[in-house]
Amino acid sequence: MVTDFIRAVIDGVLSGSVYALMAAGLTLIFGVMEVINVAQGILVILGAYLSYVLSVHLGIDLFAGLIITIPVMFILGVGIQWGLMSRLGEREKVSMSILVTYAVAIILEGALDLIFGPSYQQLTAWYVNQSMHVLGFYLPYIYVFGFLLAVVLLGALYFILYRTEFGRSLRAAQQNRTAARLIGIDVNRVSAITFGIGVAVTAAGGMVFGATTSFNANSSADLISRLLTIIILGGMGSIGGAMGASVLMLVVEALVSTFWSPTWATLVFYAVLVVVLAVRPAGLFGQKAVRAQ
Amino acid sequence: MRSKVGRSRLFRTLGVAASAGALLAACGSSSSASTSGGGASSKPIVIGISLPLGGDFSADGLAFKQGYQLWADNVNAHGGILGRQVQLKIVSDNSDPAQAQTDYQQLITVDHVDLTFGPFSTLLTIPAAKVAARYGYAMIEGAGGGPTVFAQGLHNVFDVSAPVANAMVPFAKWLASLPPSQRPKTAAYPTSNDPFTEPQILLAKKIMEAAGIKTVYFNVFGSEVTDFTPIASAVAATNADVVMLGSVDVPTASAFIQDFAQQHYNPKAFIATGGPDQGSQFIQAVGQSNANGTMVPNTWYPGAKTPGSAALVQAYIAKYGGTASAVSADVAEAYSVGQVTQQAIEHVGKVNNQAIISYLHSGVTLTSVQGPVKFNALGENTAALIFGFQWVNGNFQQVLPLSDPASSGLQYPKPNWGA
Repeated sequence: MVTDFIRAVIDGVLSGSVYALMAAGLTLIFGVMEVINVAQGILVILGAYLSYVLSVHLGIDLFAGLIITIPVMFILGVGIQWGLMSRLGEREKVSMSILVTYAVAIILEGALDLIFGPSYQQLTAWYVNQSMHVLGFYLPYIYVFGFLLAVVLLGALYFILYRTEFGRSLRAAQQNRTAARLIGIDVNRVSAITFGIGVAVTAAGGMVFGATTSFNANSSADLISRLLTIIILGGMGSIGGAMGASVLMLVVEALVSTFWSPTWATLVFYAVLVVVLAVRPAGLFGQKAVRAQ
Repeated sequence: MRSKVGRSRLFRTLGVAASAGALLAACGSSSSASTSGGGASSKPIVIGISLPLGGDFSADGLAFKQGYQLWADNVNAHGGILGRQVQLKIVSDNSDPAQAQTDYQQLITVDHVDLTFGPFSTLLTIPAAKVAARYGYAMIEGAGGGPTVFAQGLHNVFDVSAPVANAMVPFAKWLASLPPSQRPKTAAYPTSNDPFTEPQILLAKKIMEAAGIKTVYFNVFGSEVTDFTPIASAVAATNADVVMLGSVDVPTASAFIQDFAQQHYNPKAFIATGGPDQGSQFIQAVGQSNANGTMVPNTWYPGAKTPGSAALVQAYIAKYGGTASAVSADVAEAYSVGQVTQQAIEHVGKVNNQAIISYLHSGVTLTSVQGPVKFNALGENTAALIFGFQWVNGNFQQVLPLSDPASSGLQYPKPNWGA
């Protein structure tokens, strides 16, 4: 019983870190720009495919490949912001941005399907199927490494947001774009870099996702609803909230799956969201909490 | 202040997103061939098909498309049917039952196709068959064998493959027949809540329990699950001798195998309802060493000795490349649909759905690359043979039933993962 409980918590924490990597960019982009990037799911899959190409065709290790894929995804994010999002009028920006990112998702999905076909792929490396034995529990290396990567990357994001000049500009834009402009902040530049960072982090999430799950271009459909749930629960705009909510959701799901039934695990995932929002409508770390950090 | 504005914006936004989604979904199906009427005898026979070329079943949808196309190519190369060429009009339903329903409605009432072939999966076949029945079309299909399809009471459905519920029976009976010293003591049954998987698992579980094999894990998980780690870990914790997984696709099967390997859990036998039958896709996902010893029930494999099977494999490799092992059973299922339809048309001497339906209900035995086909009143293929297949050192080979001369080389206990 105790062993099952500990194992479920370990599973939840390790899996949660993977989801945190995938959700961090989504919440960051919303926090600054009030854009719900519904292309996040397919960007995760794009990140997985980039790692796949580097690994299979160039023999580059999955984690080492992030040195290439993160900048590539950053440029793509800046490009989406500069080429599409910045051209939207302020009045209907929120609603139109959903349409635009949805279109981006459809285009990317079609392109990936065309290039790679519908066959499932999975990233491989020595650590994908191996695990370490700690106190009677097997901890898969890929999840442990993914967890450490999440801590490092989300820590770096936190540092950028709260300990740098750019972070101050970003948070100023997050609180009031007009006021930020008035004090000389180049809001468009901040937005472009933020979108770039948000998409860049997704490269890491995509790599770990692709190493733990078989994927094709259509795999994004199931992802986006879970990622949106996580950032709403954590508080839209909160990096720490994304991490906390991912871990909370996955731990709850693992416990329900172990002690009750997997049939109910997904339902509970969403039930937790409803309960938390009923008590804290802004999520665990809503806007107020984010700004107070 | 912001929250009120934000909330109003959010509702508007969700409305726009929903509308956009509906619009894009409506535009999502695309045709791969032009429509042609089928009235005059010189005109091609147009066959309308909706396939999941996107979404959860996209890999199977592609294999089905290949199977249908190979059959049409073969028929056309030999002068067509009754002297008429065959033309396929294939649209995509993106694995969505509602879209499948819309597609068949469109194919029949707008495109006026001559015949319809089935989509992929029990899930998509039900709405497709209902639409076809409404307009008096035969729905000849190869992957809608779940009991729920036949429970609809439709007179127009004909599944050329084996009824799904019986698929695991050869495996379960083989385990039950083992001497007590070799027979597994415990079994775990994680299964998705899919009409394709659950009936198979429940029937096999009953047979195995009757043979004294104790059930230590039985749970149903939703098809929307993306993280299988807690379920697989819970199965591994039971240390069951046998794992029977109710999966419809490669990602589910590979997620369980990956977790079992990570947990150093090596059951004596591992069989899945779907996934290991997907040829190279399965190998790519799990790796050859992890595939070794995994089993799957099916009615066909690339080495099958049935008439036309070798030619199908040859034609597949010539058109799509790869090796014989890469040819998915889906290809043969789709190909069989075409073969059965062709025999029916040639017998009745015309392209007439009512005549085809009557003929297929007449109790006649037809042939296909999957073996004999004979339909009962429900449209189930009562003559279908079901086999157990296993990956053995990179080869996908028939191992069950042991009484079949083509079965050989069963590995039990299976090798450890990675061995």
